[in-house]
Amino acid sequence: MAAITHDSHGHHDSHAHHDHDHGHHEESFVSKYIFSHDHKMIGKQFLITAVFMGVLAMLLSILFRIQLAWPGESSDFLHFFLGDDWAPKGVLKEDMYLGLVTIHGTIMVFFLLTGGLSGTFSNILIPLQLGARDMASGFLNMLSYWFFFLSSLIMFLSLFVHDGAIFGIQITDANVGDSGPAMAGWTIYPPLSALPQAVSGSGLGMTMWLFSMAIFIAGSLIGSLNYIVTVLNLRTKGMTMTRMPLTIWAFFVTAILGVLSFPVLFSAALLLIMDRLAGTSFYLSDIIVNGEMLTNHGGSPLLFQHLFWFLGHPEVYIVLLPALGLSSEIIATNSRKPIFGYRAMIGSILAIGFLSFIVWGHHMFITGMNPFLGSVFVFTTLLIAIPSAVKVFNYITTLWRGSLVLTPAMLFAIGLVSTFITGGVTGIILADSALDIAIHDTYFVVAHFHIVMGMSAVFGMFAGVYHWFPKMYGRMMNTRLGYAHFWVTIIGAYGVFFPMHFVGIAGAPRRYYDYSVFGQFDTDSYNMIMDLNVIVTVFAIFAALGQLIFLFNFFYSIYRGPKAVQNPWKSNTLEWTTPVEHIHGNWPGELPTVHRWPYDYSKPGAEEDFIPQNVPLAEGEEEH
Amino acid sequence: MITKLIILLIIVLGVIAIAQLMRVYELSSKLRKTGEQDISDRDNNLNGRMMFIFVLLLYVFVIWLMMKYGWTGRGEAASTIGKETDWLLNLNFIIIFAVFFLTNTLLFYFTYKYVRKAGVKAYYFPHNNKLEMIWTVVPACVLAVIIILGLKKWNEATSESGKEAIRVELFSKQFDWTARYAGTDNKLGRFDYKLTTDKNELGIMTSQSIQSAIDNMEGGVTGLDSISFKLNDENLVFSAIDQQKLETDLSRKTRLLRLLYQMKEHHDKKLDKDAADDIIQKDTLFLCKGREYEFNFRAKDVIHSAYFPHFRAQVNTVPGLTTRFKFTPDISTDEMRVKKNDDKFNYILMCNKICGGAHYKMKMFVVVLEEDEYNRWLKSKENSTFDKIFNAAPAPAAEDASADAAENDTQTPAGGEEKKDTTMVEPKTAFLGRKSLIINKVG
Ligand code: HEM
Ligand SMILES: [Cu+2]
Ligand SMILES: [Cu+2]
Repeated sequence: MAAITHDSHGHHDSHAHHDHDHGHHEESFVSKYIFSHDHKMIGKQFLITAVFMGVLAMLLSILFRIQLAWPGESSDFLHFFLGDDWAPKGVLKEDMYLGLVTIHGTIMVFFLLTGGLSGTFSNILIPLQLGARDMASGFLNMLSYWFFFLSSLIMFLSLFVHDGAIFGIQITDANVGDSGPAMAGWTIYPPLSALPQAVSGSGLGMTMWLFSMAIFIAGSLIGSLNYIVTVLNLRTKGMTMTRMPLTIWAFFVTAILGVLSFPVLFSAALLLIMDRLAGTSFYLSDIIVNGEMLTNHGGSPLLFQHLFWFLGHPEVYIVLLPALGLSSEIIATNSRKPIFGYRAMIGSILAIGFLSFIVWGHHMFITGMNPFLGSVFVFTTLLIAIPSAVKVFNYITTLWRGSLVLTPAMLFAIGLVSTFITGGVTGIILADSALDIAIHDTYFVVAHFHIVMGMSAVFGMFAGVYHWFPKMYGRMMNTRLGYAHFWVTIIGAYGVFFPMHFVGIAGAPRRYYDYSVFGQFDTDSYNMIMDLNVIVTVFAIFAALGQLIFLFNFFYSIYRGPKAVQNPWKSNTLEWTTPVEHIHGNWPGELPTVHRWPYDYSKPGAEEDFIPQNVPLAEGEEEH
Repeated sequence: MITKLIILLIIVLGVIAIAQLMRVYELSSKLRKTGEQDISDRDNNLNGRMMFIFVLLLYVFVIWLMMKYGWTGRGEAASTIGKETDWLLNLNFIIIFAVFFLTNTLLFYFTYKYVRKAGVKAYYFPHNNKLEMIWTVVPACVLAVIIILGLKKWNEATSESGKEAIRVELFSKQFDWTARYAGTDNKLGRFDYKLTTDKNELGIMTSQSIQSAIDNMEGGVTGLDSISFKLNDENLVFSAIDQQKLETDLSRKTRLLRLLYQMKEHHDKKLDKDAADDIIQKDTLFLCKGREYEFNFRAKDVIHSAYFPHFRAQVNTVPGLTTRFKFTPDISTDEMRVKKNDDKFNYILMCNKICGGAHYKMKMFVVVLEEDEYNRWLKSKENSTFDKIFNAAPAPAAEDASADAAENDTQTPAGGEEKKDTTMVEPKTAFLGRKSLIINKVG
């Protein structure tokens, strides 16, 4: 390790002058704002794109929630957004329901919380917190954003497929009925996703989904490699691995997970494309669909599921770890205390990262997989609960006897810990294969993953935006609106997702267009599900409206917010030693040298309650 | 239109109002010389207090949901294995609820208790090995117990069923279920998807059905002979697309036909009798209380999932792969109706894997009968065995006495619109000599 750090200094010093000169170039609009190589600008581009995609996905969820709460009732709102094609007379169509759910899930997981969350904050924070002038490769970094942008665009356009055309431009043969986006769920299990005859979205819509994801994966790989190289090589003098902030540890492990798992999804998608276009039988066997007997024989749909979840499970942590990293930093800073158990935190991040590769089978207990294999996955899955528990207890202990400053970012970070607990405990039930038989693929699962992954990561993202906004835009967001936003969001989060557990317990499968079918056989379940669905939808609309507060605050503050000071939260990490105005190369003079870990808050003997990392140890002072 | 304008107006005015309020707030904080980063004690304390109140309200909400909806949603488990599942599930729920309350309480209480106070400095407490050890080891022990109990149950649930178990095959397709009972010999006949024809929807394999599939493939309007005839007819001119389509169709069918001939050659006639007595049953699955069932699952087109919420049983059905599970129903439908005080209640088999537009409608009633009634039902099916249906020319015996024998089913059109009306009716139980199932046995 020492060797690496040493190397990187040599490398750095030689670059310092060159980079410094850069700062004085006059840049054109295009190279500054659009095809920028600067990591701070790229981070902001990721953020804005993700905000747009997030709003879109949220809107989609409101559309289908309306159908769930008031099935079959005519709604102007639906008609307004979906038109006569998809909501004739204001009633959502069955197929489009599935399309909305699929695109909602895909955007939320991949575009908002993978591209958006880790794209934004890895970009902004890795060089700044490590004391680097920029990412290892600015060009690749730019490429990674534009791949992300292109894939977002394709995914968005796929919502408008109609009879093989988009906005009247014919793309495939004029196939009547080849309409709508992908409809096979965000997990796109074949054969449903492989057979255009099986559902209307498995034609052009699915093709676009696959291409969008292929591009997305390429972009995310480029990005991740860049992050890894930067962390390994461009740390400033004194920034040993064990002096890195936990944010960087989280981004680092996230990037490794991405590099190891995304290619597997890529190959899975590639094989699926072959099955769709070239007549191969990787995933298909013995099928008669829509009256046509296919000759495919010998493929296995389970193969796809194994490949998908080999990415899919690490993906959960790709979404979560950055959020946990951000909140570690925010909680320590605003508790004015060191994060409790810094090394244990690193250990848990590494343990979670490693274990996340050997638990994918818990998504497949009831697929007909060998039961013995199932038992192995039960064991590994419950193991992963241990490092997660350690993290939670460490957060709680960090708060203990702190001197808490409850900024909006801090509230969101604490909210994250709460949702991580609440969603995490139900994971214990789902990981237990014997119990999973009874509740797999019900709303219980929907509740579980929305709370533990969706809400935790969204809370982490909001926390990050409130905390680092001054660093990104040089201005402050409004605190009062931040509070209002937090309270609406946490009430909404629990109000929407907690009751879903009970919908699942009542036996409601997920991805159902209309639960009033329960009225035909079970009055108890019917009453319960219909009741709860209304409660959930009302909370969802409330929460969605609450996000307008955020959007307003965000965009207003970019232009009109009060000017930020250099280190508003009195934080120790290096990003707060850079000037408020962004400059190319980050530091005007020499790069800062690091002398201590980032968590010297309220250290006994020191006058201030924080000591930035670039302050040398005082005489006789011990490192933590 | 007017309402839309009004809504738009309100939104615009709202945004302007917030903007103005923010200006005022900013100006006033400028006067006080504080920035957004300086959180006042008032805000700090207020939010701390609200955090604690929030978690208390959350508990009230959770407990209210539990009292009102609880575990009762799908009622008591109706199979022996389901009862054990519920027991284990409840144990797990107790554990996770304890963790949920404990950790959330600590989290929010600390947030409230330790908000910044003048003159109080945070306690520098970077680590403590003993504490960290405790919260690694304690969860590990609890999880060990959960794993051991869970795996024991899992092995039981997935183990092989007894010899006595009644064998039933459940066949899934977009968007319904068909059951096939193994009949008097309790042996299911073999199957192959290539044998599927209108007369043999499940592709059951007998010498006869193989021959019939071959005939089907060769003859008929869409048969091989007619396609090659069309292609060779010089008087007919096709567009490039149609020509292509016909050619693909031709090569597909040639290949299937070759495989069928191979099958014919290797088929063992002795196996025909396994299939002959298999009973085919639609709409309602009748089970006998107290008997173990061994289910085999097949899928015709895409993945579906056989989900029996009341029996706590579920497994996916996969094209090209037979899956299985077993359970023993131990509460009859009549008993359950009394228990739930709901004379419309029925057990259900639902599809629980996304499979197309009408996924949510893909269901089959399940009726659990007492032994004597079950036998009466079996007797009523004497004429719905595979060989009888198959040989009844030309169409399957649709007007069979029990009225629920194979309905002549056509392929579902694309796009998922279903052919028949979806409201399901009361399971047909004419064979019982009573109209509806309900009888008030108790008081
Ligand atoms: C406004 C907030 C949200 C609401 C009201 C909402 C609601 C829903 C509902 C009702 C479903 C359908 C479940 C089903 O039938 O299977 C769903 C699916 C899903 N949601 Fe959300 N959701 C929200 C936010 C999020 C977030 C933040 C994430 C990020 C992880 C997310 C990820 C997903 C995923 C992955 C699916 C599964 C899609 C599929 O079944 O293919 N959602 N959501
Ligand atoms: Cu997983
Ligand atoms: Cu289905």
